[in-house]
Amino acid sequence: MKTFGGKVLFLDRSDINTDEIIPAKYLTEVKKDALGPHMLEDLSLDGFDPQSEKTKDASVIVTRANFGCGSSREHAPWALEVNGITVVIAINYARIFRQNMFNCGMLAIELEEAKIDALFAMANDDVGCAVDIENKELTFTTSAKTETVPFSIAPFDEALVRAGGWVEYADKNL
Amino acid sequence: MGKTLVEKIFDSHLKSEPFEGTKVLNLDVVMCHEITTPIAIADLEWRGKDRVFDASKIKVVIDHVTPPKDTKSAVQSKILREWARRYNIRDFFDIGQNGVCHALFPEKGFIRPGYTIIMGDSHTCTHGAFGAFAAGVGTTDLEVGILKGVCAFRQPNTIRVNLRGALGRGVYAKDVALEVIRQLTVNGATDHVIEFRGEVIDRMDMEQRMTITNMAIEAGGTSGVCMPDGVTLDYLWPFIAEEYGNDKVKALDAFKAWWSDEDAEYARVVDIDVSTLEPVATVGYKPDQVKKLSELGDMKIDQVYIGSCTNGRLSDLREAAALAKGKKLAPTVRGIVAPATTDVYRQAMKEGLLDTLMEAGFCVTNATCGACLGMSNGVLAPDESCAATTNRNFNGRMGAGGMVHLMSPAAAVASGVKGALCDPREIMGEVTK
Ligand code: SF4
Repeated sequence: MKTFGGKVLFLDRSDINTDEIIPAKYLTEVKKDALGPHMLEDLSLDGFDPQSEKTKDASVIVTRANFGCGSSREHAPWALEVNGITVVIAINYARIFRQNMFNCGMLAIELEEAKIDALFAMANDDVGCAVDIENKELTFTTSAKTETVPFSIAPFDEALVRAGGWVEYADKNL
Repeated sequence: MGKTLVEKIFDSHLKSEPFEGTKVLNLDVVMCHEITTPIAIADLEWRGKDRVFDASKIKVVIDHVTPPKDTKSAVQSKILREWARRYNIRDFFDIGQNGVCHALFPEKGFIRPGYTIIMGDSHTCTHGAFGAFAAGVGTTDLEVGILKGVCAFRQPNTIRVNLRGALGRGVYAKDVALEVIRQLTVNGATDHVIEFRGEVIDRMDMEQRMTITNMAIEAGGTSGVCMPDGVTLDYLWPFIAEEYGNDKVKALDAFKAWWSDEDAEYARVVDIDVSTLEPVATVGYKPDQVKKLSELGDMKIDQVYIGSCTNGRLSDLREAAALAKGKKLAPTVRGIVAPATTDVYRQAMKEGLLDTLMEAGFCVTNATCGACLGMSNGVLAPDESCAATTNRNFNGRMGAGGMVHLMSPAAAVASGVKGALCDPREIMGEVTK
């Protein structure tokens, strides 16, 4: 199983698509590491800097609705993964992106809109997020407070995360 | 309670249900192209699992960047080519026979009603036009598909879209697709299949149906489907006549067995009277930002692109050429036509369509995805805009800083002639404003 948790990067927009996460021009790469420097390069979001320390230090993304829509490219989760981001927290996802995350043994966690709003209310501070898979809890920590939020995950998706991904799972079980 | 077409396909292809609601399906076809498959092959090799479940069920094409534009894309082609040879994959299409996957594979007769199909490409939903369950997947799903011939899905619910009425002048399948996306929004169909029904679909040929199912993903849909009928049958007949002992009645009965039952349950039903539709285009970076062309002000364009798996087929080139005949592109506009497949290219050439388009000022490229995803053949400069018959208008899709306006081939030609976004009826001579 991968390790989850760390500093949070807030992306305050819905419908962030996979072209924005990793532009098509890098799809000729056949090594995941080569995607690293280009993560979120084309994201249209005021004030966002893909090269900032905040972006580079992040291990968790918190965003709004329909994250990862568009192209099926698994290069999108890979671009996150090679940058150390193995958790995305959103209201919901495009189906293929969500599946790609779990297939890579990564977490695509869904929280209801009010909870996401509450997380964005912390966004001015540095926020850390710890993930407890056993108890299905996320713990967010800022300089001012600590907040624990329960989450749920479909049993199949959890099995994929625990196995380390879909190839590993399919190999053992199918 | 009756079942929908997709429920019937899920039931008939179920391999196992490891957890409630997670269905592992046996696959009839796994399709591959050179962007998402080489990395799957490399990973399978790395894992010591470089095998294929059934070479006859794997269909392979080099289509996105072909001929290669640089060393990296040449290497992707090479990996795919060598893999196809290594496993004796007969249905492999390289330069000289290739074309955009979702136009090529139907043309070769690889799709059947009731099939389960995956590909590492989001517009795989196109093949649902034949009454199949066809879904785009990522590379890991593709790997497992190649290795084991299975894929896991949450069983999708179905949204039924009833299309009635008759298309007005200058209104095409593309306008219908955009109207459906406008109504459903970009994630209104997530985890759902969109079932396209009604007299409008019944009257459409397979190419028009594919234009519509192609864009189901732009509303978030897992797939889009049509009921397989006599039109489907006629399209597939050269490939299946033998299978059914030359008996069309028998074949049609088999097709109809897949139809959604009358009492099937739908998550949502949307009724659209297409008679009220006007020619439209997208204005913005999301495919649900759809506007009537007649209501747009002066919006200059720099390029027209006619091609892609949405609208690069023969009927699209006929539609474009019919409008372009005797006209010229505005001097400020570059026109690019990329026939979707080699066969489309040749047929368009025989019919004189390419000549008509070239006479109007278009350049004709080989069959490839090219500019549709901004990889070659017509990438935009920052602040340029393109009237395109493609399916995606995301920020940067056709080149960083560029704007893509999605529309029908007729509207794209009209816009090219005017030099700005234009209702095709203006050029057809029927003034509507
Ligand atoms: S034509 Fe465009 S949308 Fe279709 S498969 Fe190629 S890149 Fe994708």
